Amino acid sequence: MGHGHNLAILRGLIKFKSNTQKIWGVLILLSIVTTVEVALGIYKPESLMIKVLGMKLLNWIFIILTIVKAYYITWDFMHMRDETKALRRMVVWTAIFLILYLIFILLQEGGYVFDVYSSGYVKRDF
Amino acid sequence: MSTTVVNTGTEGKAWGGGNRPLNASYGKMMMWFFIVSDALTFSGFLAAYGFSRFKFIDSWPIADEVFTHVPFLHGQELPMIYVAFMTFILIMSSVTMVLAVDAGHHLNKAKVTLYMLLTILGGLIFVGSQAWEWATFIKGDYGAIQTKGGNILQFVDTEGHRVALRDFAVVEPKERTAHDKTNGLWFVEEGTLPSYTVEEVIAGLETHENILVRTQLLDEHGQKTILSREESLKQLKQNGKAVVEGANLHVNEYGSPLFADFFFFITGFHGFHVFSGVVINIIIFFNVILGTYERRKSYEMVEKVGLYWHFVDLVWVFVFTFFYLV
Repeated sequence: MGHGHNLAILRGLIKFKSNTQKIWGVLILLSIVTTVEVALGIYKPESLMIKVLGMKLLNWIFIILTIVKAYYITWDFMHMRDETKALRRMVVWTAIFLILYLIFILLQEGGYVFDVYSSGYVKRDF
Repeated sequence: MSTTVVNTGTEGKAWGGGNRPLNASYGKMMMWFFIVSDALTFSGFLAAYGFSRFKFIDSWPIADEVFTHVPFLHGQELPMIYVAFMTFILIMSSVTMVLAVDAGHHLNKAKVTLYMLLTILGGLIFVGSQAWEWATFIKGDYGAIQTKGGNILQFVDTEGHRVALRDFAVVEPKERTAHDKTNGLWFVEEGTLPSYTVEEVIAGLETHENILVRTQLLDEHGQKTILSREESLKQLKQNGKAVVEGANLHVNEYGSPLFADFFFFITGFHGFHVFSGVVINIIIFFNVILGTYERRKSYEMVEKVGLYWHFVDLVWVFVFTFFYLV
């Protein structure tokens, strides 16, 4: 039952000797990412406030770092790395496709409602 | 264990439930599918949060002005420190969980017991922190005035620092008492009255020259707009309707009521997951102590609850980003 753990992370860049060692390695990685997130969140460097694709660069960095964390939790803590490719795709692709679709339609609609309010046809501030 | 059926006679039979598709046991695969559906529920919540935020993109509360409190450090502004601590606790308990699973693979009962215990402790610390955070959020800090249109007016001094209602409102003798069932219509109730009335706040603003009104609108630097002295008085007198202290599902002093609604729903739903995770972990913990899995020669149950526990951690990573950081 899952004794054959895949012990390499970062595309084989780091190889661990045992599963326990890999767990601590991933913990260090997740802690570093969280620390970076919190530091950026507190100091909010002015240089990262520029808009990229309609959102602040800082927010894009947060989202990317979150996905990095999610990847390591799923792949190493939940042992997705050791499951068959078909199971991995069934779980991950289904979720990612549906979530992206949901986010797209809801954010699109939210932006539209904002435009209706701000172009003055509906008064909200009185 | 003569009473336990170990051999079902369906081994290798695809339609008898005997083989293991995708090399995963039935229980583990079903746990994965449950996780997918639960992930969709959570993304439904978070996407709805995004919808409301995009709808009010120019006036949404700034999260690190809202969550600045740390237990035992009263009165200090420490944005995000406590949430970061909570995140770390949850990641740590995920680590002890995966160590328990690993010890289970080596059939090491003592280690599984220890790591399960640590995981449960981590979960309890997290739920406790969540409760404290809710209490602080509900209680509120500075207080604010709600306008007729449902917008929130907050107060700052000339340097832009927040000022609490209690620091400037002029208290007058009060005759207004809360209406409750015993002294009036038995079917009508009234919530707790705020500490001050709108008139007292207006009087306070008139007598304190250095206090200004801050609206919810964000300027181009992402800061809340501060009105001039004349505009402050005008806005408060014309539109001020109710005093708001703290937060509930109808109003909140931090800004848009939707912010508090989503805070309660999303962190509440996640907190409920953590709570149920702790309960399931405790059940499995006792099974480990009783030696159930030792006799079964397999700690797969620990692995299955482990999947659920990691999922709870995974969701928190997203809640942390979208509620507190972005």
